[in-house]
Amino acid sequence: MKGKSAKILKDGLWANNPIFVQVLGICSTLAVTNNVRNTLIMAAGVTFATALGSLTLSAIKGLIPRKVRMIVQVLVLSFYVILVDIVLRAYAPAVSKQLGPYVGLIITNCILMGRAEAFAAANPPWPSFVDGLANGLGYGLVLLCIAVVREFLGFGSVLGIRLVGDWFTPWTIMIMAPSAFFLVALALWGAKSYNARAEARRKAASAAARPAPSGAAK
Amino acid sequence: MPDAPAISPLVLFLASVLTSNILLSNFLGTCSFISISKDWKSSFGLGLAVTLVIGLCAAICWAVLYLVVIPLGIEYLSFVVFIIVIAAVVQVLEMVIDRFSPALYLSLGIFLPLITVNCAVLGAVLFMQIRKYDFVQSVAFGFGSGAGWWLAIMLLAAIRKRIENNPVPAGLKGTGITLITIGFMAMAFIGFSGMIAVQ
Repeated sequence: MKGKSAKILKDGLWANNPIFVQVLGICSTLAVTNNVRNTLIMAAGVTFATALGSLTLSAIKGLIPRKVRMIVQVLVLSFYVILVDIVLRAYAPAVSKQLGPYVGLIITNCILMGRAEAFAAANPPWPSFVDGLANGLGYGLVLLCIAVVREFLGFGSVLGIRLVGDWFTPWTIMIMAPSAFFLVALALWGAKSYNARAEARRKAASAAARPAPSGAAK
Repeated sequence: MPDAPAISPLVLFLASVLTSNILLSNFLGTCSFISISKDWKSSFGLGLAVTLVIGLCAAICWAVLYLVVIPLGIEYLSFVVFIIVIAAVVQVLEMVIDRFSPALYLSLGIFLPLITVNCAVLGAVLFMQIRKYDFVQSVAFGFGSGAGWWLAIMLLAAIRKRIENNPVPAGLKGTGITLITIGFMAMAFIGFSGMIAVQ
């Protein structure tokens, strides 16, 4: 059980990362990442909704008629998003205002539906919860990397703390829309190339290992 | 009724097509944008469907929000209400198109179910709520956002057709190069931003 959970966790974080591999949830990835604090909150919200949404949907999957499955999934997920929204409004009104519609848009974040459909619909509650958690965290991790670059280059700060002196000219483009697309593309490029190289190395290793035993048999 | 910002619906329409394009400056609807824009014809169909759905949903959600949800004091449920309205609009639109124009249904039908979870629709509705547009402004904003999305996906589909035959680094093939293309399109659209200012 424990080993299985660990594998699901690793899958969500890297091997099957929602952004790099599944290319899901790009919309909100881009919108909130010009500021590290907002990104952290957004990632926490997505993780919370994905994990608990997957848990709930997996627990009640026997009760949902197939025909209305999608709408039930969306409704369950939107209840968790409402919770996130209410908590944010109560405890972090400034952030809630800055995020604006993007909190509500967690509902249509494809990661939530994607995990509900691809994993929770066919697995028991506990692994579904871990899967949701892992995907949320994997998503948050990528978001965070992008946000750190964007906030640092765009404002010269990270988490609102100024890291460089007045000599630094902020790259205004970094806080505007296009840079988000470029950075996600670069991150994707890096991840894909790394995976391709690892794959090639593994293949070379297994190819090198194979002839030896057959040669010994002769 | 909301205290709407003073902005003419026509200006709002143009602004939501060009200066604050829902896709290129607000990033909404990127997922289906990337997966569908491989093909010019599908892009046209999806764009048309999205425009219709956003326009209708903006109008209906406005009515539901100010005539039902707010008088009843259940604003905290507005996300759920919007999602239900969107799903219902998509479902009804699908049935109506099927009934009256089977030809259109064949070209549009497969895209309609996808739209329920297209964040551009919910995004436009939420913007409408947050910016407190009045009814006419909401309709203009809805159709404008849809048209902007449509324009963007058609442009991207045409560009992707050209990219297909070019040598792209292996790791960037597919999504990567598409994202970079969208980035350049977004930069080009920033050029419009001096024309009209909208929140």
